[in-house]
Amino acid sequence: MRLYAAVAAGGFRRHATYRMATAAGVFTNTVFGFILAYTYRALWDERPHLGGYDMAEALAYVWIGQALLATAGLMGGGFEDELIERIKTGDIAIDLYRPVDLQLWWFSANLGRALFHLLGRGVVPMVVGAFAFDLALPSRALTWPAFLLSVALGVTVSFAVWYLVALSAFWLMDGAGTAQIAWLAGMFFSGMLLPLNVFPGALGEVARALPWASMLQVPADVFLEKRTGWALVGAYAFQLGWAVVLLAAGRFVQSAATRRVVVQGG
Amino acid sequence: MIAMMWVRSTMTYRFSFAMTLFSNFTATIFDFVVIVLMFSQVDGLGGFSFAEVAFLYGTTSTAFGLADLAMGQVNRLGRRVRDGTLDTLLVRPVPVLAQVAADRFALRRLGRVSQGLLVLIWSLVMLDVEWTAVKVAMLPLMVVCGSLIFCAVMVAGASFQFWAQDASEVTNSFTYGGNTLLQYPPTIFAQDLVRGVVYVVPLAFVNWLPALYVLGRDAPAGVPGWTAFLPPFVAAACCLLTALAWRTALRSYRSTGS
Repeated sequence: MRLYAAVAAGGFRRHATYRMATAAGVFTNTVFGFILAYTYRALWDERPHLGGYDMAEALAYVWIGQALLATAGLMGGGFEDELIERIKTGDIAIDLYRPVDLQLWWFSANLGRALFHLLGRGVVPMVVGAFAFDLALPSRALTWPAFLLSVALGVTVSFAVWYLVALSAFWLMDGAGTAQIAWLAGMFFSGMLLPLNVFPGALGEVARALPWASMLQVPADVFLEKRTGWALVGAYAFQLGWAVVLLAAGRFVQSAATRRVVVQGG
Repeated sequence: MIAMMWVRSTMTYRFSFAMTLFSNFTATIFDFVVIVLMFSQVDGLGGFSFAEVAFLYGTTSTAFGLADLAMGQVNRLGRRVRDGTLDTLLVRPVPVLAQVAADRFALRRLGRVSQGLLVLIWSLVMLDVEWTAVKVAMLPLMVVCGSLIFCAVMVAGASFQFWAQDASEVTNSFTYGGNTLLQYPPTIFAQDLVRGVVYVVPLAFVNWLPALYVLGRDAPAGVPGWTAFLPPFVAAACCLLTALAWRTALRSYRSTGS
């Protein structure tokens, strides 16, 4: 356990080193936040209470999205590139020798990364957004820890998805294709571009049931106090359910890969 | 030739290439699906109809797609500066910019161009515009000048990385961000932002100003109407300035030596 805590701390410190990249990321998240906020404002001007959100809630949703973009790796950029590279070059053989669990190792490192990005790239755009626009903020103090728990579960689901994507490189050798499809799904089905509550009809039903919903839509709804009491428990159960299913799938694929696949020589 | 090399190399993993091409096409479609979803809830956005927004979307996406195909790779420059592999390019007898642009040339980016063109053609069918010779000539002009302006921004961003090294995301906010911005009518944004896009980073010349002329609407934020005819000059000026920035940056480059 101590080992994995050290790995997580390492992931945090490693990303904290890239100060310039973090500043650039904050800038980008802020610019996109502004562009999206204006389009949402035009949309909610025409249709107040669209998707059950009022204007202030819709604008808050935009900035929560920007804060969680890097944190939950909605569009990738977490650990998967590195893992794919290690599989491609054969370095993964060294990792498999180590007396640690591969999935848990990467999970810990990614958790450290996510925590850094929540602080490094999440807080500043959110504060800028709150100054520039009239945002809906939680009215109860307990909403904040509830939100953070939901974010942590979302990060876990995101990790589980990207881990499966990275492991596909064992068979395809080049993981770029699967990574792009996952990136695509992450962008659209997480509710990054438009809240899933606004998606019409069957598309909305499906989108809200997919794992990506637990990365942004569910945490955002917790933040906006749309999910309280039993609905909050339901939200956690939804996230936890996907996390367990996808992590188990990752474990299964991992054991299949290590048993059957010939590692690339280097 | 370097581009061809990278094309051949991606073709080795055929399945993966087919998937990236497909997802590149669909990725950009999803962009448009969001606009379709928005219009499934409302009739107009900022006073613009669906066909008009589709026209804005099609023009900027095609221009951006072409620029991305030609110059999209230059944002990898920071990595090359960091790990010192840029030195390899300096000793080859080919202009460095050409090499950097062709570095990992990604044919899959045709996906974005074709998707932008599709939406553009579709919007032209839907639009209710009184076409004149000038307006028709404006279309290819917008796409060509627009992609030149985007190229200039990308290269300018790359020049900046000689100093900043791992700040490629800043360029993204101007290129991808600018592309997203231009997909929506200028009326929905704060007028200061619109002015910034006209006078500071001249993205508005990619499509807003000429497109508003084609659509027969007033130019935004008190910008005079004749600016619609400026894109060729703006594009030329941007390319010139960028070429200067690139030269200066390259001259001041010091290898990390690693």
